[in-house]
Amino acid sequence: MILGLITFFIFEQGLPLIWKIGPRAFILGERWVPSQGSFGILPMIVSSFWVTIGALALGIPLGLACTIFLCEWSPPSVGMVLRPAIQLLAAIPSVIYGFWGLIVLVPLVRNYLGGPGLSILSGSMILGFMILPTIISISEDSLNALPPSYKQGALALGATHWQAIWRVLIPAARSGIVTSIILGMGRAVGETMAMIMILGNAVKMPTSFLDSARTLTTNIGIEMGYASGAHRQALFATGVVLFIIIMLLNSLAIFLSRRRAG
Amino acid sequence: MLLRTRYLTQGIAKVLIWIAALSTIAVMILILLQILAEGLPILHLRFFLESPREMGREGGIFPTIIGTVALTAVAILFATPLGVGTAIFLREYTRESHISRIIRFGTDCLAGVPSIIFGLFGFVFFVIYLNMGWSILSGGLTLAAMILPTIISTAEEAIKAIPYSYREVSYSLGGTKWQTVIRAILPNALPGIFTGIILGVGRSIGETAAIILTAGSSLVMPTSLFSPIRTMSIHFYILAREGISMDMAYGTGAALILLVLLINTVAHWLLNRYIRHRV
Repeated sequence: MILGLITFFIFEQGLPLIWKIGPRAFILGERWVPSQGSFGILPMIVSSFWVTIGALALGIPLGLACTIFLCEWSPPSVGMVLRPAIQLLAAIPSVIYGFWGLIVLVPLVRNYLGGPGLSILSGSMILGFMILPTIISISEDSLNALPPSYKQGALALGATHWQAIWRVLIPAARSGIVTSIILGMGRAVGETMAMIMILGNAVKMPTSFLDSARTLTTNIGIEMGYASGAHRQALFATGVVLFIIIMLLNSLAIFLSRRRAG
Repeated sequence: MLLRTRYLTQGIAKVLIWIAALSTIAVMILILLQILAEGLPILHLRFFLESPREMGREGGIFPTIIGTVALTAVAILFATPLGVGTAIFLREYTRESHISRIIRFGTDCLAGVPSIIFGLFGFVFFVIYLNMGWSILSGGLTLAAMILPTIISTAEEAIKAIPYSYREVSYSLGGTKWQTVIRAILPNALPGIFTGIILGVGRSIGETAAIILTAGSSLVMPTSLFSPIRTMSIHFYILAREGISMDMAYGTGAALILLVLLINTVAHWLLNRYIRHRV
């Protein structure tokens, strides 16, 4: 019901503008100058894409490593500390991450790698951490749900513990792990506040990981405060695009987890 | 030889995974420590009880605390009955059918919708369409929609965990469906439901994007449900982003972290106690 309302109102506000300037011009346009009435969101889509890829590049290996660590190798005492710590990671407000990125990561990147510091690289690093809890908790569930006989069988065949994990357990839990990654992607695409603080918000095509950028979400977050008329509609239209991307990711995740359960 | 390579691989993998896991914890501790170390010295009683002066450069954060509490209260008040009701409906009144599948798909999707989209929705629907303006009520209702999935899923888990015999005993004593739900199921599911509410509170406190679009960011003391407010996390965001005062930002950040830590610990403790109680 609420989902329906949300869909209805956002589409109602956003679609007229998309039709007016044409979906192609809106999605593939490279210029975003609201005062001149030109609304193209391609740079933001590209930025969102790269930030998400960057976040996954950090989040997947770290997340998987933590999962394997938690399920298979951690001494119980370490696990007792790590598990609540990861839940806490999920509970920290995103503005806190953004702030930390701004005062610690951004100067680091600026001093050692050059560029403005407010960049896709800094944003991806923070996002990578923010999506860890999602990836870890869901893939841990799917590893724990495997029958113990898988591992016993592998070990009985003479595999080392690592071979059992890498060749048997991970492939068997694949669908759960993929689901967790997709949900993490959804979170990364949708994150707003931390990204406003770290990305620098320049409206242009990003050319390298050290460029400042603006994603779909931050575009809405920054300009919504003072937009009106066609400009506001354009922001809602940005929301429509974002909403469609998220819904596709969600449906994919739900479909995958259903298939696993069924 | 072959055997040795296998153990070598295992050794390398083990080292890498230990490094990854430990560095994750290290970064987390670093984030928390940095903000707490800079922020804790600022946290005096006066910081909590005074109103901010000069846009937040001086003074305290009292109105933002009130704002946070009011907003969270509104959100919980609306989301709890709705969420628990949905959970009971899903578990007790329907079998797996088209309706329940649609509801479940809806809540799953709702859980993944980013907060900025909730903000846009709240802005058009509550602020403009229902003409509530930037207010506690619009912000609270938007938040309620956001935390609904959490409350539904934890309440559903709690109800699912109740042994079937409870229901059978209630029916055999001549209880109606309604009496069974109210007298046998709800009391036993209460700790689980409570956990969901606390998780929802945690999310409300940390939320920024959705609220800044629906509850405004005014620094005055709220007087009614229809006054605009600024929550602690929005205050923190504005202080930090516009560079108004780093000291005050650290202070607010530290207060936020402490609050979230506290809430999480309570939720964790409840959850553990509940699980042990069940087993």
